[in-house]
Amino acid sequence: MTLADAANLHTFLDAFRFIGDHPGLLAQKAWEQLELSGAALGLALLVALPLGIALGHLHRWSGLAIGTSIVGRGLPSLVLIAAFLTVLGIGFVNNMVALAVLATGPILTNAFDSVHAVDHDAVEAARGMGMTGLQILRRIELPLATPLLFTGIRVAAVTVVATAPIAAIAGGGGLGDIIVNQASYRLSGVVGASICVMALSTGVFLALLGIQIGVTPRPLRRTSVIADVSRKESL
Amino acid sequence: MSGRLADGPVIPNFGHGDPCVTGDHTFCWSWVKAHWGDTLQPALIQHVELTAIAIGIGFVLAFTLALVAHRYRRAEQPIGVLSALLYTIPSLALFQILVPFTGITRTTVEVALVAYTLVILFPNIVAGLRSAPDDVLEAAHGMGLTRRQVLTRVELPLAVPAIIGGLRIAIVSTIAIATIAAFLLPQGLGYPIFNAVKLPTPFKTEIYSAGVLAIALALACDAALVGVKRALVPWSRRTA
Repeated sequence: MTLADAANLHTFLDAFRFIGDHPGLLAQKAWEQLELSGAALGLALLVALPLGIALGHLHRWSGLAIGTSIVGRGLPSLVLIAAFLTVLGIGFVNNMVALAVLATGPILTNAFDSVHAVDHDAVEAARGMGMTGLQILRRIELPLATPLLFTGIRVAAVTVVATAPIAAIAGGGGLGDIIVNQASYRLSGVVGASICVMALSTGVFLALLGIQIGVTPRPLRRTSVIADVSRKESL
Repeated sequence: MSGRLADGPVIPNFGHGDPCVTGDHTFCWSWVKAHWGDTLQPALIQHVELTAIAIGIGFVLAFTLALVAHRYRRAEQPIGVLSALLYTIPSLALFQILVPFTGITRTTVEVALVAYTLVILFPNIVAGLRSAPDDVLEAAHGMGLTRRQVLTRVELPLAVPAIIGGLRIAIVSTIAIATIAAFLLPQGLGYPIFNAVKLPTPFKTEIYSAGVLAIALALACDAALVGVKRALVPWSRRTA
Protein backbone atom coordinates (compact mmCIF):
# COMPACT_ATOMS: atom_id res chain seq x y z
CA MET A 1 0.00 0.00 0.00
CA THR A 2 1.36 3.39 -0.88
CA LEU A 3 0.93 6.68 0.85
CA ALA A 4 -0.81 8.10 -2.20
CA ASP A 5 -3.43 5.41 -1.81
CA ALA A 6 -3.83 6.28 1.82
CA ALA A 7 -4.12 10.00 1.97
CA ASN A 8 -7.19 10.87 -0.01
CA LEU A 9 -10.82 11.35 0.60
CA HIS A 10 -11.84 8.73 -1.95
CA THR A 11 -10.64 5.99 0.36
CA PHE A 12 -12.99 7.28 2.98
CA LEU A 13 -15.93 7.16 0.57
CA ASP A 14 -14.77 3.72 -0.62
CA ALA A 15 -14.99 2.57 2.97
CA PHE A 16 -18.72 3.26 2.94
CA ARG A 17 -18.99 1.47 -0.41
CA PHE A 18 -17.24 -1.51 1.22
CA ILE A 19 -19.80 -1.51 4.00
CA GLY A 20 -22.60 -1.41 1.44
CA ASP A 21 -21.09 -4.25 -0.59
CA HIS A 22 -20.36 -6.63 2.29
CA PRO A 23 -23.19 -6.36 4.80
CA GLY A 24 -23.22 -10.12 5.43
CA LEU A 25 -19.50 -10.39 6.16
CA LEU A 26 -19.56 -7.35 8.44
CA ALA A 27 -22.64 -8.53 10.29
CA GLN A 28 -21.07 -11.94 10.86
CA LYS A 29 -17.82 -10.41 12.11
CA ALA A 30 -19.72 -7.97 14.31
CA TRP A 31 -21.66 -10.86 15.80
CA GLU A 32 -18.39 -12.74 16.51
CA GLN A 33 -17.08 -9.67 18.26
CA LEU A 34 -20.24 -9.34 20.34
CA GLU A 35 -20.04 -13.03 21.30
CA LEU A 36 -16.45 -12.65 22.48
CA SER A 37 -17.28 -9.43 24.33
CA GLY A 38 -20.35 -10.98 25.93
CA ALA A 39 -18.41 -14.00 27.15
CA ALA A 40 -15.66 -11.79 28.57
CA LEU A 41 -18.12 -9.46 30.25
CA GLY A 42 -20.05 -12.41 31.67
CA LEU A 43 -16.90 -13.91 33.15
CA ALA A 44 -15.90 -10.57 34.65
CA LEU A 45 -19.39 -10.02 36.09
CA LEU A 46 -19.39 -13.48 37.62
CA VAL A 47 -16.17 -12.76 39.51
CA ALA A 48 -16.12 -9.03 40.15
CA LEU A 49 -19.75 -8.21 40.87
CA PRO A 50 -20.35 -10.48 43.90
CA LEU A 51 -16.87 -9.70 45.22
CA GLY A 52 -17.30 -5.95 44.90
CA ILE A 53 -20.78 -5.95 46.41
CA ALA A 54 -19.72 -8.20 49.29
CA LEU A 55 -16.65 -6.10 50.09
CA GLY A 56 -18.67 -2.89 49.83
CA HIS A 57 -21.32 -4.29 52.17
CA LEU A 58 -18.68 -5.28 54.70
CA HIS A 59 -16.72 -2.03 54.12
CA ARG A 60 -13.50 -4.02 53.90
CA TRP A 61 -10.44 -4.15 51.65
CA SER A 62 -11.04 -0.84 49.94
CA GLY A 63 -7.41 -1.01 48.77
CA LEU A 64 -8.22 -4.01 46.60
CA ALA A 65 -11.06 -2.20 44.83
CA ILE A 66 -9.03 0.97 44.25
CA GLY A 67 -5.93 -0.99 43.28
CA THR A 68 -7.80 -2.99 40.64
CA SER A 69 -9.01 0.16 38.95
CA ILE A 70 -5.54 1.70 38.79
CA VAL A 71 -4.01 -1.52 37.52
CA GLY A 72 -6.84 -1.91 35.01
CA ARG A 73 -6.26 1.55 33.62
CA GLY A 74 -2.52 1.22 33.37
CA LEU A 75 -2.40 -2.21 31.75
CA PRO A 76 -2.19 -1.74 28.00
CA SER A 77 -4.73 -4.04 26.38
CA LEU A 78 -2.24 -5.12 23.74
CA VAL A 79 0.22 -6.19 26.43
CA LEU A 80 -2.52 -8.05 28.27
CA ILE A 81 -3.73 -9.92 25.20
CA ALA A 82 -0.20 -10.77 24.09
CA ALA A 83 0.79 -11.94 27.56
CA PHE A 84 -2.23 -14.21 27.90
CA LEU A 85 -1.54 -15.48 24.39
CA THR A 86 1.79 -16.90 25.56
CA VAL A 87 0.09 -18.74 28.39
CA LEU A 88 -3.26 -19.85 26.98
CA GLY A 89 -2.44 -20.04 23.28
CA ILE A 90 -4.27 -18.53 20.34
CA GLY A 91 -8.04 -18.48 20.30
CA PHE A 92 -11.28 -17.69 22.07
CA VAL A 93 -10.30 -18.64 25.63
CA ASN A 94 -7.19 -16.47 25.71
CA ASN A 95 -9.07 -13.45 24.42
CA MET A 96 -12.02 -14.02 26.69
CA VAL A 97 -9.78 -14.14 29.77
CA ALA A 98 -7.70 -11.12 28.70
CA LEU A 99 -10.78 -9.01 28.02
CA ALA A 100 -12.40 -10.21 31.24
CA VAL A 101 -9.37 -8.98 33.19
CA LEU A 102 -9.81 -5.57 31.53
CA ALA A 103 -13.48 -5.53 32.48
CA THR A 104 -12.86 -6.50 36.09
CA GLY A 105 -11.40 -3.10 37.02
CA PRO A 106 -14.40 -0.82 36.48
CA ILE A 107 -16.93 -3.44 37.64
CA LEU A 108 -15.17 -4.26 40.90
CA THR A 109 -14.32 -0.66 41.73
CA ASN A 110 -17.79 0.69 41.06
CA ALA A 111 -19.54 -2.23 42.76
CA PHE A 112 -17.44 -1.62 45.85
CA ASP A 113 -17.75 2.17 45.78
CA SER A 114 -21.48 2.20 45.14
CA VAL A 115 -22.39 -0.13 48.02
CA HIS A 116 -19.72 1.26 50.33
CA ALA A 117 -20.89 4.84 49.85
CA VAL A 118 -24.61 4.26 50.48
CA ASP A 119 -25.92 6.84 52.96
CA HIS A 120 -24.92 5.62 56.38
CA ASP A 121 -28.08 7.02 58.02
CA ALA A 122 -30.30 4.95 55.72
CA VAL A 123 -28.41 1.78 56.63
CA GLU A 124 -28.55 2.61 60.34
CA ALA A 125 -32.28 3.28 60.15
CA ALA A 126 -32.83 -0.06 58.44
CA ARG A 127 -30.77 -1.81 61.08
CA GLY A 128 -32.81 -0.06 63.76
CA MET A 129 -35.95 -1.39 62.11
CA GLY A 130 -34.56 -4.86 62.69
CA MET A 131 -33.46 -5.73 59.16
CA THR A 132 -30.79 -8.39 58.81
CA GLY A 133 -27.59 -7.76 56.88
CA LEU A 134 -28.93 -9.52 53.81
CA GLN A 135 -32.18 -7.56 53.91
CA ILE A 136 -30.27 -4.28 54.20
CA LEU A 137 -28.18 -5.28 51.21
CA ARG A 138 -31.19 -6.26 49.11
CA ARG A 139 -33.67 -3.55 50.03
CA ILE A 140 -31.50 -0.55 50.90
CA GLU A 141 -27.97 -0.77 49.60
CA LEU A 142 -28.48 -2.35 46.19
CA PRO A 143 -31.31 -0.07 45.02
CA LEU A 144 -29.39 3.02 46.11
CA ALA A 145 -26.19 1.67 44.58
CA THR A 146 -27.74 0.81 41.21
CA PRO A 147 -26.75 3.91 39.20
CA LEU A 148 -23.07 3.85 40.09
CA LEU A 149 -22.96 0.04 39.97
CA PHE A 150 -24.40 0.03 36.49
CA THR A 151 -22.02 2.75 35.37
CA GLY A 152 -19.20 0.35 36.14
CA ILE A 153 -20.82 -2.37 34.06
CA ARG A 154 -21.42 0.05 31.20
CA VAL A 155 -17.85 1.32 31.22
CA ALA A 156 -16.59 -2.27 31.33
CA ALA A 157 -18.85 -3.34 28.47
CA VAL A 158 -17.80 -0.47 26.23
CA THR A 159 -14.14 -1.09 27.08
CA VAL A 160 -14.48 -4.76 26.16
CA VAL A 161 -16.32 -4.14 22.88
CA ALA A 162 -13.83 -1.43 21.97
CA THR A 163 -10.83 -3.60 22.81
CA ALA A 164 -12.10 -6.79 21.18
CA PRO A 165 -10.78 -5.85 17.69
CA ILE A 166 -7.25 -5.90 19.10
CA ALA A 167 -7.86 -9.53 20.00
CA ALA A 168 -7.76 -10.27 16.27
CA ILE A 169 -3.97 -10.54 16.51
CA ALA A 170 -4.52 -13.50 18.83
CA GLY A 171 -7.17 -15.24 16.74
CA GLY A 172 -10.04 -13.41 18.35
CA GLY A 173 -12.08 -13.05 15.18
CA GLY A 174 -14.57 -10.25 14.89
CA LEU A 175 -14.23 -7.01 12.97
CA GLY A 176 -10.60 -6.81 14.03
CA ASP A 177 -9.89 -9.62 11.54
CA ILE A 178 -10.60 -7.17 8.75
CA ILE A 179 -8.74 -4.28 10.38
CA VAL A 180 -5.49 -6.20 10.75
CA ASN A 181 -5.72 -7.79 7.30
CA GLN A 182 -5.15 -4.91 4.94
CA ALA A 183 -3.54 -7.25 2.41
CA SER A 184 -6.89 -8.91 1.72
CA TYR A 185 -9.40 -6.15 2.37
CA ARG A 186 -7.43 -3.07 1.20
CA LEU A 187 -7.60 0.21 3.01
CA SER A 188 -11.27 0.72 2.16
CA GLY A 189 -12.14 -2.52 3.97
CA VAL A 190 -9.97 -1.62 6.94
CA VAL A 191 -11.55 1.80 7.29
CA GLY A 192 -15.01 0.37 6.65
CA ALA A 193 -14.57 -2.21 9.41
CA SER A 194 -13.26 0.54 11.69
CA ILE A 195 -16.38 2.56 11.09
CA CYS A 196 -18.44 -0.52 11.99
CA VAL A 197 -16.40 -1.03 15.17
CA MET A 198 -17.05 2.57 16.10
CA ALA A 199 -20.76 2.22 15.42
CA LEU A 200 -20.86 -1.01 17.41
CA SER A 201 -19.27 0.42 20.54
CA THR A 202 -21.31 3.60 20.34
CA GLY A 203 -24.42 1.41 19.97
CA VAL A 204 -23.47 -0.64 23.02
CA PHE A 205 -22.83 2.57 24.95
CA LEU A 206 -26.24 4.01 24.08
CA ALA A 207 -28.10 0.71 24.60
CA LEU A 208 -26.58 0.22 28.04
CA LEU A 209 -27.27 3.85 28.91
CA GLY A 210 -30.91 3.17 28.07
CA ILE A 211 -30.97 0.03 30.21
CA GLN A 212 -29.23 1.91 32.99
CA ILE A 213 -31.89 4.59 33.00
CA GLY A 214 -34.49 1.80 32.99
CA VAL A 215 -33.13 -0.12 35.97
CA THR A 216 -32.39 2.94 38.07
CA PRO A 217 -35.09 3.55 40.68
CA ARG A 218 -37.23 6.41 39.38
CA PRO A 219 -36.37 9.00 42.05
CA LEU A 220 -32.65 8.59 41.44
CA ARG A 221 -32.80 8.93 37.67
CA ARG A 222 -32.48 12.60 37.00
CA THR A 223 -29.84 13.31 39.58
CA SER A 224 -27.53 10.39 38.99
CA VAL A 225 -27.59 8.83 35.55
CA ILE A 226 -27.58 11.88 33.30
CA ALA A 227 -25.02 13.73 35.35
CA ASP A 228 -22.97 10.58 35.49
CA VAL A 229 -22.39 10.38 31.75
CA SER A 230 -20.20 13.44 31.80
CA ARG A 231 -18.79 12.74 35.23
CA LYS A 232 -15.19 13.64 35.79
CA GLU A 233 -12.82 10.79 36.25
CA SER A 234 -10.91 10.60 39.46
CA LEU A 235 -8.10 8.56 40.88
CA MET B 1 19.42 -19.59 -12.53
CA SER B 2 19.30 -23.18 -11.35
CA GLY B 3 22.88 -23.72 -12.47
CA ARG B 4 24.10 -20.79 -10.43
CA LEU B 5 22.34 -22.03 -7.33
CA ALA B 6 23.88 -25.46 -7.67
CA ASP B 7 27.37 -23.95 -7.46
CA GLY B 8 27.21 -22.86 -3.85
CA PRO B 9 25.44 -24.18 -0.79
CA VAL B 10 21.69 -24.11 -1.27
CA ILE B 11 20.97 -23.16 2.31
CA PRO B 12 23.13 -20.27 3.47
CA ASN B 13 24.79 -20.66 6.83
CA PHE B 14 23.33 -18.17 9.30
CA GLY B 15 25.24 -19.61 12.25
CA HIS B 16 23.59 -21.03 15.33
CA GLY B 17 20.65 -19.40 17.05
CA ASP B 18 20.63 -18.62 20.72
CA PRO B 19 19.62 -21.94 22.34
CA CYS B 20 17.35 -20.08 24.75
CA VAL B 21 15.50 -18.37 21.89
CA THR B 22 15.34 -21.39 19.58
CA GLY B 23 14.22 -23.55 22.49
CA ASP B 24 11.24 -21.22 23.10
CA HIS B 25 12.09 -20.65 26.76
CA THR B 26 9.87 -18.43 28.86
CA PHE B 27 12.30 -15.54 29.15
CA CYS B 28 15.74 -15.00 27.60
CA TRP B 29 17.90 -12.34 29.23
CA SER B 30 20.45 -12.95 26.49
CA TRP B 31 17.97 -11.76 23.86
CA VAL B 32 17.08 -8.66 25.85
CA LYS B 33 20.76 -7.79 26.21
CA ALA B 34 21.49 -8.43 22.55
CA HIS B 35 18.48 -6.51 21.22
CA TRP B 36 18.14 -3.68 23.73
CA GLY B 37 19.98 -1.32 21.38
CA ASP B 38 18.21 -2.20 18.12
CA THR B 39 14.68 -3.04 19.30
CA LEU B 40 13.68 -2.15 22.83
CA GLN B 41 15.46 1.15 23.38
CA PRO B 42 14.27 2.81 20.13
CA ALA B 43 10.74 1.58 20.82
CA LEU B 44 10.85 3.00 24.34
CA ILE B 45 12.11 6.38 23.09
CA GLN B 46 9.41 6.50 20.39
CA HIS B 47 6.80 5.62 22.99
CA VAL B 48 7.93 8.48 25.22
CA GLU B 49 7.83 10.85 22.22
CA LEU B 50 4.34 9.74 21.17
CA THR B 51 3.06 10.19 24.71
CA ALA B 52 4.82 13.49 25.38
CA ILE B 53 3.55 15.15 22.19
CA ALA B 54 -0.01 13.95 22.84
CA ILE B 55 -0.01 15.11 26.46
CA GLY B 56 1.58 18.45 25.59
CA ILE B 57 -0.87 19.38 22.84
CA GLY B 58 -3.80 17.77 24.66
CA PHE B 59 -3.08 19.71 27.83
CA VAL B 60 -2.90 23.08 26.08
CA LEU B 61 -6.16 22.40 24.20
CA ALA B 62 -7.96 21.01 27.26
CA PHE B 63 -6.81 23.93 29.39
CA THR B 64 -8.05 26.48 26.84
CA LEU B 65 -11.39 24.71 26.46
CA ALA B 66 -11.74 24.42 30.22
CA LEU B 67 -11.19 28.15 30.64
CA VAL B 68 -13.89 28.77 28.04
CA ALA B 69 -16.28 26.35 29.75
CA HIS B 70 -15.47 27.92 33.10
CA ARG B 71 -16.27 31.38 31.78
CA TYR B 72 -19.35 30.34 29.79
CA ARG B 73 -20.94 27.62 31.90
CA ARG B 74 -23.42 26.66 29.21
CA ALA B 75 -20.63 25.17 27.12
CA GLU B 76 -19.71 22.55 29.68
CA GLN B 77 -22.50 19.99 29.33
CA PRO B 78 -22.29 19.66 25.51
CA ILE B 79 -18.50 19.33 25.59
CA GLY B 80 -18.82 16.77 28.40
CA VAL B 81 -21.34 14.56 26.58
CA LEU B 82 -19.40 14.87 23.32
CA SER B 83 -16.21 13.76 25.00
CA ALA B 84 -17.96 10.81 26.68
CA LEU B 85 -19.11 9.67 23.24
CA LEU B 86 -15.66 10.23 21.77
CA TYR B 87 -14.16 8.03 24.46
CA THR B 88 -16.30 5.09 23.35
CA ILE B 89 -14.60 5.10 19.93
CA PRO B 90 -12.04 2.29 19.98
CA SER B 91 -8.50 3.55 19.48
CA LEU B 92 -7.76 0.98 16.80
CA ALA B 93 -10.78 2.15 14.81
CA LEU B 94 -10.03 5.85 15.30
CA PHE B 95 -6.46 5.40 14.02
CA GLN B 96 -7.71 3.68 10.86
CA ILE B 97 -10.56 6.10 10.23
CA LEU B 98 -8.09 9.00 10.27
CA VAL B 99 -5.82 7.35 7.71
CA PRO B 100 -7.74 8.60 4.63
CA PHE B 101 -7.27 12.16 5.90
CA THR B 102 -3.79 12.25 7.37
CA GLY B 103 -2.18 9.13 5.91
CA ILE B 104 -0.09 6.52 7.67
CA THR B 105 1.88 9.08 9.62
CA ARG B 106 2.66 10.08 13.14
CA THR B 107 0.13 12.88 12.73
CA THR B 108 -2.68 10.32 12.53
CA VAL B 109 -1.55 8.69 15.75
CA GLU B 110 -1.13 12.02 17.52
CA VAL B 111 -4.55 13.32 16.47
CA ALA B 112 -6.17 10.25 18.00
CA LEU B 113 -4.04 10.34 21.15
CA VAL B 114 -4.70 14.06 21.64
CA ALA B 115 -8.44 13.42 21.31
CA TYR B 116 -8.35 10.84 24.11
CA THR B 117 -6.21 13.07 26.34
CA LEU B 118 -8.66 15.89 25.82
CA VAL B 119 -11.55 13.70 26.91
CA ILE B 120 -9.82 12.92 30.19
CA LEU B 121 -8.22 16.28 30.94
CA PHE B 122 -11.10 18.62 30.11
CA PRO B 123 -13.62 17.48 32.79
CA ASN B 124 -10.90 17.29 35.41
CA ILE B 125 -9.63 20.80 34.77
CA VAL B 126 -13.18 22.21 34.75
CA ALA B 127 -13.96 20.43 38.01
CA GLY B 128 -10.73 21.78 39.46
CA LEU B 129 -11.59 25.35 38.51
CA ARG B 130 -15.01 24.88 40.11
CA SER B 131 -13.55 23.53 43.33
CA ALA B 132 -12.91 26.94 44.90
CA PRO B 133 -15.35 27.28 47.82
CA ASP B 134 -17.94 30.04 47.50
CA ASP B 135 -16.84 31.94 50.59
CA VAL B 136 -13.27 32.01 49.32
CA LEU B 137 -14.50 33.54 46.05
CA GLU B 138 -16.65 36.02 47.94
CA ALA B 139 -13.68 37.03 50.04
CA ALA B 140 -11.57 37.49 46.90
CA HIS B 141 -14.24 39.67 45.32
CA GLY B 142 -14.62 41.57 48.57
CA MET B 143 -10.90 42.30 48.57
CA GLY B 144 -11.40 43.96 45.20
CA LEU B 145 -9.79 41.34 42.98
CA THR B 146 -10.79 41.51 39.32
CA ARG B 147 -12.17 38.49 37.55
CA ARG B 148 -8.78 37.72 36.04
CA GLN B 149 -7.06 38.06 39.39
CA VAL B 150 -9.55 35.69 40.97
CA LEU B 151 -8.76 33.17 38.24
CA THR B 152 -4.98 33.39 38.45
CA ARG B 153 -4.59 33.87 42.21
CA VAL B 154 -7.45 31.85 43.67
CA GLU B 155 -9.08 29.42 41.27
CA LEU B 156 -6.01 28.15 39.42
CA PRO B 157 -3.90 27.39 42.50
CA LEU B 158 -6.86 25.57 44.05
CA ALA B 159 -7.34 23.62 40.81
CA VAL B 160 -3.79 22.24 40.78
CA PRO B 161 -4.58 18.95 42.59
CA ALA B 162 -7.48 18.15 40.24
CA ILE B 163 -5.43 19.09 37.18
CA ILE B 164 -2.59 16.83 38.26
CA GLY B 165 -5.07 14.08 39.04
CA GLY B 166 -6.36 14.38 35.49
CA LEU B 167 -2.84 14.39 34.09
CA ARG B 168 -2.05 11.17 35.95
CA ILE B 169 -4.99 9.39 34.35
CA ALA B 170 -4.26 10.94 30.96
CA ILE B 171 -0.60 9.90 30.92
CA VAL B 172 -1.25 6.35 32.07
CA SER B 173 -4.05 5.94 29.50
CA THR B 174 -2.04 7.52 26.69
CA ILE B 175 0.89 5.20 27.33
CA ALA B 176 -1.54 2.28 27.11
CA ILE B 177 -3.25 3.54 23.95
CA ALA B 178 0.08 4.38 22.29
CA THR B 179 0.87 0.64 22.17
CA ILE B 180 -2.09 0.27 19.80
CA ALA B 181 -0.39 2.74 17.42
CA ALA B 182 1.78 -0.19 16.36
CA PHE B 183 -1.13 -1.45 14.26
CA LEU B 184 -0.55 1.59 12.08
CA LEU B 185 3.08 2.64 12.47
CA PRO B 186 6.23 0.65 13.23
CA GLN B 187 6.74 2.76 16.34
CA GLY B 188 6.43 2.54 20.08
CA LEU B 189 6.53 -0.37 22.49
CA GLY B 190 3.53 -1.98 20.81
CA TYR B 191 5.60 -2.70 17.72
CA PRO B 192 7.91 -5.37 19.19
CA ILE B 193 4.85 -6.97 20.80
CA PHE B 194 2.97 -6.86 17.52
CA ASN B 195 5.90 -8.49 15.73
CA ALA B 196 6.37 -11.16 18.36
CA VAL B 197 2.69 -12.11 18.27
CA LYS B 198 2.67 -12.43 14.48
CA LEU B 199 5.35 -15.15 14.50
CA PRO B 200 4.16 -18.75 14.04
CA THR B 201 5.23 -19.33 17.63
CA PRO B 202 4.74 -16.11 19.60
CA PHE B 203 8.12 -14.97 20.93
CA LYS B 204 7.57 -14.69 24.65
CA THR B 205 10.71 -12.77 25.62
CA GLU B 206 9.90 -9.89 23.26
CA ILE B 207 6.27 -9.73 24.45
CA TYR B 208 7.21 -9.75 28.12
CA SER B 209 10.12 -7.31 27.89
CA ALA B 210 8.23 -4.71 25.83
CA GLY B 211 5.12 -5.16 27.96
CA VAL B 212 7.04 -4.70 31.20
CA LEU B 213 8.70 -1.59 29.75
CA ALA B 214 5.30 -0.09 28.87
CA ILE B 215 3.92 -0.76 32.34
CA ALA B 216 7.10 0.49 34.01
CA LEU B 217 6.97 3.67 31.94
CA ALA B 218 3.38 4.28 33.07
CA LEU B 219 4.24 3.66 36.73
CA ALA B 220 7.30 5.93 36.53
CA CYS B 221 5.31 8.80 34.98
CA ASP B 222 2.58 8.37 37.56
CA ALA B 223 5.09 8.43 40.42
CA ALA B 224 6.77 11.52 38.95
CA LEU B 225 3.44 13.36 38.83
CA VAL B 226 2.68 12.42 42.42
CA GLY B 227 6.05 13.98 43.27
CA VAL B 228 5.20 17.15 41.33
CA LYS B 229 1.89 17.38 43.14
CA ARG B 230 3.55 17.09 46.52
CA ALA B 231 5.95 19.86 45.60
CA LEU B 232 3.27 22.19 44.22
CA VAL B 233 0.53 21.62 46.77
CA PRO B 234 2.07 20.58 50.07
CA TRP B 235 -1.23 21.23 51.86
CA SER B 236 -2.97 18.31 50.14
CA ARG B 237 -0.35 15.76 51.12
CA ARG B 238 -2.66 13.92 53.42
CA THR B 239 -5.36 13.34 50.82
CA ALA B 240 -2.91 12.34 48.08
